Amino acid sequence: MMVNEPSAVQPSATPDDPARVAEFEARIARGESIEPKDWMPERYRKQLTRMMSQHAHSEIVGMLPEGNWITRAPNLRRKMALIAKVQDEAGHGLYIYCGTETLGTDRQELVQQLLDGKAKYSSIFNYPTLTWADIGCIGWFVDGAAIVNQTMLAKASYGPYARAMVRICKEENFHKRQGYEIMATLANGTPEQRAMAQDAVNRWWWPSLMMFGPHDAESSNSEELVRWGVKKKGNDELRQRFVNLTVAQATAINLTLPDPALQYNEQTENWDFGPIDWDEFWRVVKGDGPCNRERLAARRDAHAAGEWVRVAAAAYAAKQQRSATEAA
Amino acid sequence: MPISAQPGFVSYLLRLGDDRLVLGHRLSEWCGHGPILEEDIALANVALDLVGEATLLLKLAGETESAGRNEDALAYFRDSTEYRNALIAELPKGDFGFTIVRQFFFSVFSLLQMQALQRSSNAELAGIAAKAVKEAKYHVRHSAQWVVTLGDGTEESHARAQAAVDELWRYTGELFLTDAVEQEVASAGLGVDASTLAEPWHAQVEEILRRATLTVPPVSYMQRGGRDGRHTEHLGHMLSEMQIVARSHPGATW
Repeated sequence: MMVNEPSAVQPSATPDDPARVAEFEARIARGESIEPKDWMPERYRKQLTRMMSQHAHSEIVGMLPEGNWITRAPNLRRKMALIAKVQDEAGHGLYIYCGTETLGTDRQELVQQLLDGKAKYSSIFNYPTLTWADIGCIGWFVDGAAIVNQTMLAKASYGPYARAMVRICKEENFHKRQGYEIMATLANGTPEQRAMAQDAVNRWWWPSLMMFGPHDAESSNSEELVRWGVKKKGNDELRQRFVNLTVAQATAINLTLPDPALQYNEQTENWDFGPIDWDEFWRVVKGDGPCNRERLAARRDAHAAGEWVRVAAAAYAAKQQRSATEAA
Repeated sequence: MPISAQPGFVSYLLRLGDDRLVLGHRLSEWCGHGPILEEDIALANVALDLVGEATLLLKLAGETESAGRNEDALAYFRDSTEYRNALIAELPKGDFGFTIVRQFFFSVFSLLQMQALQRSSNAELAGIAAKAVKEAKYHVRHSAQWVVTLGDGTEESHARAQAAVDELWRYTGELFLTDAVEQEVASAGLGVDASTLAEPWHAQVEEILRRATLTVPPVSYMQRGGRDGRHTEHLGHMLSEMQIVARSHPGATW
């Protein structure tokens, strides 16, 4: 899962040494990988911390809409696959939080930003999962969109992020295939299953396109991130790639993407698509999506309910430490 | 002797499978709501193992029964009165302390049971048990570590862990009940009579509780009924959620 959503980082108070910045940008231009101990402009550090922590938060919040169907999965194989998928997301979250820590902010602080409503996560998870078909559709569209984005991020200039993306992409590919297979099964199933699949497509298609973020011209972060080799492609190009890939997949299983303007363009060799409802996009980003409050409340509840456990674990570890010291 | 001449074996396999399916389901309810991310992963891991074991056991039960029911038919189209899990598995997940103490009690039992079942005269069951032993070893290690941590952590965690031990203790006796089914499979070399596992279970559990500074509750009446399909009120609710999609679309494939 990923986020190309805006929440601009303020310019740093103390500007970096221009000579060092020039050297840094030259390294990036040569295609070198930036590693945690390397010098980097403060703004690069901040932008990456923002992007990576948003990505980690998205994995964690993304566990909720899918976890919503673990207890109702329709057979044992699907139940296991869904538990495994949600578990993978927890693993991705952990992995990316660790990657973010290499930039100097610890996980606790990042999690607190999420709980305080100060950090963003992918808005797609502010939509509800209403039927079993939503689980298939999320795998197909949402993981599919994530793969398009993360394949690009796997070449990002920051080494730990790029390496995380390589590993995560492999699992996302598996999730996507699984999701598509759920949809194909439903589309070939009973009339009720077919209707369930089409309804999920109708609800998830447009929010999935919004996952790539605003048009490049309106994205406050895109230009700088491209210059610093964090993003190699713009939001619109990635979105188009996702549309091109998905149209044929939908046709293959006889499901209809809910866009009457969808049409192949011989000249550009792209599938043209209709206008995105940016009012909806901004409404959900700003907190008025169908499930923004529920998602945050669920994270806060879990965190609060787990407080005594974390305190106990720390107390026990401290006791062990003390007795080890006394024994020495 | 052919399997079909062992009517108790199907009931026995249902007990094994249902324990793990129901407990795995309860654990999976934590997914996304754990106290720390590492525990979201660990509890999902245990849930996955248990549901995986249940799938194999119910599949074998269906094949042994030879009445055309596969593992999904057994999981999704039996009512609570047809379930054969021990009551301890179906209790709501409670707080993290309750979940951990329950998991510890069950995992120690499961490891002993599966170790014995590796010698089952039924090759398939012996194979499932060999896989389950590896998994149960981790489940015991994970839950025992947490029991000690919570018991010997803070005043609050100690109190919560002790409350869980006190609440759950009366459901542990059922795990070791013997009856005609247990005796039949044991004498046929297919299974192990659960009553033979009580002594090693008590030894291991009480050792960990002692390390956790927790008190073993006094002997009291032990709840029972699950092995005969007489459950708590909780199982019906759990199954109504678990089975809703499958039962809403009879005959559908997923």
